[in-house]
Amino acid sequence: MRYIAVAIAIAAGLMVLIGYFVPALAGVQSVLLNWAIILAGVAALVGVFNLISVHGDKVRRREKGSIYSAILLISLFASFIFGIALGPDNPNMRLLVSIVIVPVETTLMALLSVTLLYASIRLLRRRTDLMSIVFLLSAVLMLVASATLPFGEISPLNDLVRPWIQQVLALGGARGILIGVALGTLTTGLRVLFGADRPYGGN
Amino acid sequence: MNLIGLGLVGFSAILLLALSLIKRKSPPKWRIIPAFTKLSRAMDLSVEDGTRLFVSLGRASLLTPRGGAPLAGLGLLRRIAERTSLSDRPPVAVAGEASLALLAQDTLQAGYQAMGAGDLYQPSSGRLSGMTPFSAAAGAMPIIRDENVSASMLVGDFGVEAALLADVAERENTFLLGASSDISSQAALFASAQEPLLGEELFAAGAYLDAGASHVASLTVQDVLRWLIILALLAGAVLKLMGLI
Repeated sequence: MRYIAVAIAIAAGLMVLIGYFVPALAGVQSVLLNWAIILAGVAALVGVFNLISVHGDKVRRREKGSIYSAILLISLFASFIFGIALGPDNPNMRLLVSIVIVPVETTLMALLSVTLLYASIRLLRRRTDLMSIVFLLSAVLMLVASATLPFGEISPLNDLVRPWIQQVLALGGARGILIGVALGTLTTGLRVLFGADRPYGGN
Repeated sequence: MNLIGLGLVGFSAILLLALSLIKRKSPPKWRIIPAFTKLSRAMDLSVEDGTRLFVSLGRASLLTPRGGAPLAGLGLLRRIAERTSLSDRPPVAVAGEASLALLAQDTLQAGYQAMGAGDLYQPSSGRLSGMTPFSAAAGAMPIIRDENVSASMLVGDFGVEAALLADVAERENTFLLGASSDISSQAALFASAQEPLLGEELFAAGAYLDAGASHVASLTVQDVLRWLIILALLAGAVLKLMGLI
């Protein structure tokens, strides 16, 4: 059974990959990708059950922080019931989502700015090396060059230094990193395709 | 253009297969990445002192081009499951995407079974922490804080929200390795993580942690391809300078 699963996974992976280069296989590729999307939808449902199971256990065992798990479960079931009763496109349902999820995520984003500032301050205590100093200096430079200052812009900083750092150093570095990530993705994908790595189970 | 892509993939595949099958006479030598040395030690320590390892795989779907990073994370998770399968406290893996959470469960179970400890596997050790980037981060933060975690690994595709997890790890005084395929997240992790990994270092975990010949071959293929790209870029620059392209 395990070998059949591996064979199916490898065959499907190969067909999707070849479909990008051979137009004759584009139809098969499209069908397989559609199946994958449907499976991902089912996985979302299973994932929600996993969420309920983990937090339900926490509430039952009265673990530390179980009150938050209880709130999560109540909110989840309330959203589910309202969603079923009203439909996801109902204006009240949309309002319910936008007055809870959007402000909470915006608050986390605001917290993140403080967290990153604090982390930058602690960076030199954690790692005192050249890269950390360059990182902090470039971050401060970019902030000063981008900020609206009360006495107006610092002309050479805004007109020359900032564009040069952004378009030469940062862009070049970012492209280098992305090439590295792309090569890593390619070889990781090939390992999965050959069955050397099997994240879908099996030894 | 399609042919160049197909050629690159075909060349990489042949090279990967050949290098995986050829037995090396001496072990490969790479530059030292301190993060992996510390991670290896953290894994051993967690078994000895009965603490837990925490792995977050990020929020990317495997159906998108960003799916490579979580696959690398799953490879690392498999290695962790194998090395800590006899620990009193199993590692916890979370994901911000449902199919990834299921694969994390499967990977953990496969790791336990490979070490003959399948009955010690707990399904709750692979979890979905949230369905949006920030809710996934918020769902993972209490695990680092409350579940006796001694080392955390963020390996996958994250946004800047990874810094929130790094902050909790720092507050709890636990080791944190941060690796993401996203540039902004790498910047955030560089500032906040104890051991950040940049760029392709994310994909080197398996080779550095002795996960097998295919991981070693994979790293060599990346090096070969990198040199080819460097040569192509230099050739392009020279031809442009000469006005030929």
